[in-house]
Amino acid sequence: MSGKNSKIMSLAVILVVMMLAAGSVFASGDPAAATAPAAANSTMPWWGWPAILFVVTFVMGIVAVLGGVGGGVLFVPIIGGFFPFHLDFVRGAGLLVALAGALAAGPGLLKKGMADLRLALPVALIASSCAIVGAMIGLALPTNVVQTALGGTILGIVAIMLMAKKSEYPDVPQADNLSTALRISGIYHEVSTGQDVNWKIHRTPQGLATFIIIGVMAGMFGLGAGWANVPVLNLMMGAPLKVSVATSKFLLSITDTSAAWIYVNNGAVLPMLVVPSLIGIMLGSLVGVKILATTKPAAIRYMVIGLLLFAGTRALLKGLGIWN
Amino acid sequence: MNDTLKATEEQMAYAKLLDIGMKLGMLSLVVTFILYVFGILTPHIPVSDLPKYWSMPVKQYLEATGIHPGWAWLHMLNRGDFINFLGIAFLSGVTILCYLRIIPILFKKKDTVYAVLAIIEVLVLTLAASGILRGGGH
Repeated sequence: MSGKNSKIMSLAVILVVMMLAAGSVFASGDPAAATAPAAANSTMPWWGWPAILFVVTFVMGIVAVLGGVGGGVLFVPIIGGFFPFHLDFVRGAGLLVALAGALAAGPGLLKKGMADLRLALPVALIASSCAIVGAMIGLALPTNVVQTALGGTILGIVAIMLMAKKSEYPDVPQADNLSTALRISGIYHEVSTGQDVNWKIHRTPQGLATFIIIGVMAGMFGLGAGWANVPVLNLMMGAPLKVSVATSKFLLSITDTSAAWIYVNNGAVLPMLVVPSLIGIMLGSLVGVKILATTKPAAIRYMVIGLLLFAGTRALLKGLGIWN
Repeated sequence: MNDTLKATEEQMAYAKLLDIGMKLGMLSLVVTFILYVFGILTPHIPVSDLPKYWSMPVKQYLEATGIHPGWAWLHMLNRGDFINFLGIAFLSGVTILCYLRIIPILFKKKDTVYAVLAIIEVLVLTLAASGILRGGGH
C-alpha cells in the first residue's frame, strides 16, 4: 500500500474511532433511538457536538470522494447512529448535504455535457414526486421503524456495491419507443480516449418505474440516491457509465429539493446541524478530489463498504433496540 | 471537441443559473451562520440550550420550543437561528428557478413535451415548498 493510501486508511480509522467515541459518550438507554433528551445530561459544552460533527464530516467528505459514493449515504447512518441528534434532524441534514453537493457539481456536469438534461427531466419528475411521499412517510413513522428500515437499506446498499457490475459503454442494440419519442440520446467527448461516444438508452419504462422506489427511499431516509441511480441508469437503461454518474449527481439536485422542502416545512432542519455538516463535507470533498488526482484508491472503496456495513448494522440494531 | 458536442441551449441556461444560485445560496448560508454562531443576532433558542432539544423527535421539539412549522420562519428572520433559513430556502428553491428559466426556451424550440414536463416539475416542487404537505410527526 502506498504512503498516500496509508494516510487515507488512517483517516478512515480516525472516522471510526470518532464514531465509536461519539456513540459511547451518547449511550442512550432508549430503544426508540434517542427520543429522550439524553444529551442534555452531557457535560460537553454546546459547541462540542457541532465541532466534532464538522471534523467527522470533513473526513467523511474525503472518504466519500475516494470511495466513489455520495456524502448523504455515509452521513445519515453514521451521524444517526453515533451522534446525539434525533434521526428526524439527521435525515433533514442528510438531504441538504446531498443537495448542496449536487448543486455544486451540477453546473459543471451540465456545461461539459456529461449530465444530460433530456435524460434527467423525466426521471427527476418521477423521483422528486415520490421523494415527497417518502419524506412524509419517514416523518410519520415511529423512529425505531425508520431506524430499522434505514439499517436494512444500508446493508442492501452494501450488497449492491459489492455485487453490481458497471459497464463503461453498455450494449444498447436498439433504443426503445419511449426514449425515441422523448429523443433521449446524445454524444459526449471521452477525454481519456479522445473519442466522441454516441449513446442511446433502452428499457425506459422499466427504468422510470424503478425511480418510483428510489424516490421514496431517498425522501424517507435522506440518503441521496446515487447508489441506486447509477446502476439503474447504467445497467438497466444502458446509459454510458460517465453519463450515468454525472446525470445521477445532477438528478439528486432535483430529487432532494422536493424532499428537503418537506423536512424544512415540518421543522426537521436544525441550522446548527446542517451548516457545520455541509461546510465540513464540502471542504473534505475538495481535499478528496485533490488526493484522488494523485492516488489510486482501490482499497478505499472496500473501506467505505466496511464503514457502511458497520454503520448499517448499528442502525439496524439500534432500531431493534439491541444496540443502543 | 466539435460544435455538435456542445450542451443544448436549455442545458446551458439551466447550468448558468444553477451556478449563480448555488454560489449565492452557499454564501448566504455561511454569512447567516456566522451571524448566528457568534451571537451577532440573538437566536430564538439559546445555543447553550440546543443539546436539550436536538435529540427530541421533531414534533416534540416544535412543541417544546414553541416553533411553528412551515413558512413561519419568515416572521422570525431577526433571530440568529432562523435567519439561516434564508440560505437553506434559497438552496432548496434554486432548482425551481432553473426550471422556470428553461420553460420558454423549450417552448421556443417547440419541444412541447419537455416544456410540459418542466411545468409539471415546477408544480411538484412548488407544492413541496408550499408547506401544504405535512409529515404528521410521531
